[in-house]
Amino acid sequence: MVKSFSRNDTSLLARWWWTVDRLSLATILFIIVFGSILIFAASPAVAERIGLDSYHFVIRQFIFLIPSLFIMIFVSFFSPRQIQYAALLLFAVTFIGLILTLVIGVEIKGAKRWIGLGMLSLQPSEFAKPAFAILSAWLIANRLENPHFPGKIYSFGLFILIMALLLAQPDIGMAVVMTSIWFTQFFIAGLPFIWIAIIICFGVLGIGSAYFLFPHAASRIDKFLDPSNIGYQIEKSLEAFMRGGIFGRGPGEGRVKEYLPDAHADFVFAVAGEEFGLIACLIIIGLFTFVLYRGLKRLMHESNMFIVLAASGLLVQFALQAIINMASTLHLIPTKGMTLPFMSYGGSSLLALALNIGMLLALTRRRGDSGDSFINKTLNQIKTPTRAKSAASLHHD
Amino acid sequence: MIQKLMEHLRHNNHHESDDSHPRMQGILPEFVETAHSRIFILNLFFIALFGLMVLRVADLTIIKYKPTQFCASLETGEEESEKATLQTKRGEIVDRNGIVLATSLFTASLYADPSEIIDPKESAKQLVSLLPELGLAEIEAKLSVENKRFVWLQRHLTPRQHHDINALGIPGLHFEKTEKRVYLHGPLASHVLGFSDTDSNGIAGVEHSFNDYLRTNSKPLQLSLDIRIQHILREEILQTIDKHKAIGGMGTVMDVQTGEIVAMVSLPDFDPNQANLAKDVERFNANTAGVYELGSGLKLLTAAMALDSGKVTFASGYDASHPITVGRQQIHDYRGQKRYLTLPEIIVHSSNIGAAKMAMDVGAVKQREYLARFGLFKPTRIELPEVSRPLFPSTQNWKDVNTMTIAFGHGMAVSPVQMLSAISTLVNGGILYRPTLVKKQSSEEIFGERVISEKTSLQSCKLMRSVVLEGTGRKAAVPGYLVAGKSGTAEKIKNGRYSKTANLASFIGAFPIHAPRYVVFVMIDEPKGTKETAGYATGGWIGSPLAGRVIKRIAPILGIQPVDENDPSILKRTLVNYTGSKLNGVHLAAVKTR
Repeated sequence: MVKSFSRNDTSLLARWWWTVDRLSLATILFIIVFGSILIFAASPAVAERIGLDSYHFVIRQFIFLIPSLFIMIFVSFFSPRQIQYAALLLFAVTFIGLILTLVIGVEIKGAKRWIGLGMLSLQPSEFAKPAFAILSAWLIANRLENPHFPGKIYSFGLFILIMALLLAQPDIGMAVVMTSIWFTQFFIAGLPFIWIAIIICFGVLGIGSAYFLFPHAASRIDKFLDPSNIGYQIEKSLEAFMRGGIFGRGPGEGRVKEYLPDAHADFVFAVAGEEFGLIACLIIIGLFTFVLYRGLKRLMHESNMFIVLAASGLLVQFALQAIINMASTLHLIPTKGMTLPFMSYGGSSLLALALNIGMLLALTRRRGDSGDSFINKTLNQIKTPTRAKSAASLHHD
Repeated sequence: MIQKLMEHLRHNNHHESDDSHPRMQGILPEFVETAHSRIFILNLFFIALFGLMVLRVADLTIIKYKPTQFCASLETGEEESEKATLQTKRGEIVDRNGIVLATSLFTASLYADPSEIIDPKESAKQLVSLLPELGLAEIEAKLSVENKRFVWLQRHLTPRQHHDINALGIPGLHFEKTEKRVYLHGPLASHVLGFSDTDSNGIAGVEHSFNDYLRTNSKPLQLSLDIRIQHILREEILQTIDKHKAIGGMGTVMDVQTGEIVAMVSLPDFDPNQANLAKDVERFNANTAGVYELGSGLKLLTAAMALDSGKVTFASGYDASHPITVGRQQIHDYRGQKRYLTLPEIIVHSSNIGAAKMAMDVGAVKQREYLARFGLFKPTRIELPEVSRPLFPSTQNWKDVNTMTIAFGHGMAVSPVQMLSAISTLVNGGILYRPTLVKKQSSEEIFGERVISEKTSLQSCKLMRSVVLEGTGRKAAVPGYLVAGKSGTAEKIKNGRYSKTANLASFIGAFPIHAPRYVVFVMIDEPKGTKETAGYATGGWIGSPLAGRVIKRIAPILGIQPVDENDPSILKRTLVNYTGSKLNGVHLAAVKTR
């Protein structure tokens, strides 16, 4: 397939192939493959225990996986401009969705996060994250280019709006991720260090007030701080790693999945640790680290601030989600209902991450210049072949 | 508005893209440079976070690697559940020798999901054949409920029942693992242990007081109780109640040097395994929750405060030949001697008149001060939730008549445990210890408050001994164990008046009095006289012999060595010294020759 594309081939697919970050794409695909293996390993035991068909979760995960892959690739064809419009649309939809969850949401374990849509339930807050990252980047970037434009204030308003909706659910974990995205973008946009210090203080205060205001969060923190009562799930999770050792017990030989109701979702990392050992854990951590490292490294050669901010926001969301999930599983932080990207079972999460990575791939595609869509450019090429040539020559560096 | 904003944004982006290829020109806006350096920092930060994950995974999989131990517990589901449950199980309660009094077992409890039941009628029939205590109609109704997915059928099955029900193979019947508190000795220590509810929360006794400890500690709670002593005390009181057709009885044994309660019985009692069936009167711990006008026992305290404050000596005495008239009330002696009595004689003959006069000499202010020091004005601080406040007149209502009647135990109501603590100060050298149900560790320092002088304590011992040698405590004597004490007979108030037929017959005492180790209190509620007691239902006829029988049986178990009561050194320590006494009563001479 690679050979069939010449670098001079100017078809849409060929252009995409030569400009997209193929290494990141490959890493993501590798994560998805690894995740699928883990779903096969972990979920039948969970499904059988609660009286479902053995492959109930496997099938559902694949039902979501295929459209997710399609969305990811499709979105990666977008131009930055199209990404912006898509984000605007996505934000509007999730905004309505978030309000709906408060009204008609399904309450699970003390929080209203899901809305039922026939046979499947969606978690709008998952989709709010990438949309917010893009919109916020757009506003801040414009503020940088044009100091008269109050982009930072608009961005702040957007942030407050979304935080209010998340805290009403409440979904503290998601609020933390959202705050981190926003903070990262301001940080990259050159936030003075004094402000960074102040915001960190507010963050600490925020966690403190979450403790006192939300019983749901308080009980999790209390449980975390009480060494005698680390909780059944965490205890089993830690035992799984200890049992796994360096090489693991072998595929299918894990037992923790029989004890953890969330083995296929939030605790899939523990299943990996038990069955495939330290080596698998290192590979998983390595894959996530690589996506982040490579993404950020490429951004250091990017001068379009919208792309820098948007892509770093998406990357931080992706990496932070992985870190929060692993750290919960490893009892480094209190358990947070957060999925391990592309590895945990969960339809909303999968679709939202596909959007996230699709947008990231779209934004980090090599461009001759910024802003123009491929389609427009292709049209331009037809009209002015000389310009296309000079743009193409850029891609050889 | 939004349209304007959009246009603005579009314009700006175009503006930027027109300045394309900034990298080629080598000129970058300052903020882009900043952004690049900040991204570098961000990258390092996240790599460090991922590094932390690597370290933690390595820590768990290499350093804490435990394949075999965990393997064994996971491989067999049973052991695993056992292991997990051990941590959640409520702590055990053991006696001072480690005998288990209360423990928790995991049981299966049966519930049904009616929506899964295919044939409620047939299922109910099969179930009732295994659990005959359940009503067929009731079970059938429960199994037929619609729109309900959970209904309890029977809690705490035996393993055999569990197995048999499982073997029926009825779909829709399920088991849940539940915790059941088991009190291995049945009603034996019911009031001390208390009980806990179905969710394993203690709601009475030490189960309640130590609820947090029991919930969180895997180490058992060790009580000061000795279940052997508890058994003897309960058995003897029960027999006395039976014999005298009494309505109840109570008793407590306390270590005078530490305040540890070795036994505490209140009858009627209940089986904490079926606490829900217990009546209120059965749940009532008379030792701490009951307050009584304890009668003559108080005379010992009156004598002690008189001696301690220096108002009297053993040689002092009072004229008890005539009743005292205060207002409309008259104080007279029960089978009185009608003559002048020395202090020891007042105690031996249990003279109300003598005690009243003695208290008047001490004075109301000092009397109240001493009573407060004896701990009688405040509820006892024992570790039980069932504690009542003592009843006594307020300072402004405390008239002379109160001073006099309280001197012999009327007009003030205290709990038996309060009284026991107070009496223990008379024999232990004068120190008041907090009564406790928790075993003291040998290393533990025990703090007490001095109430009376050592000298007064020694004198009180002699007075108490003289009652057993000569007075109403004679039937409490146990050869070799030097019992000392005071019987008490209090008339119960019935319909607002002191009843002549309803008594509280008690004995409070200590042994061995030459080196006191334990104090004992027993009381029988409304005993009836028998031929054996010559028709009497008083403390001397019912309380004293009961105490004697108890001490006779428990003293050897408590490790008290019997001594020769006529050993001169012991006689010297325990007999009232009459030299210098104005009166040399005939009865006291008899004491000497014994």
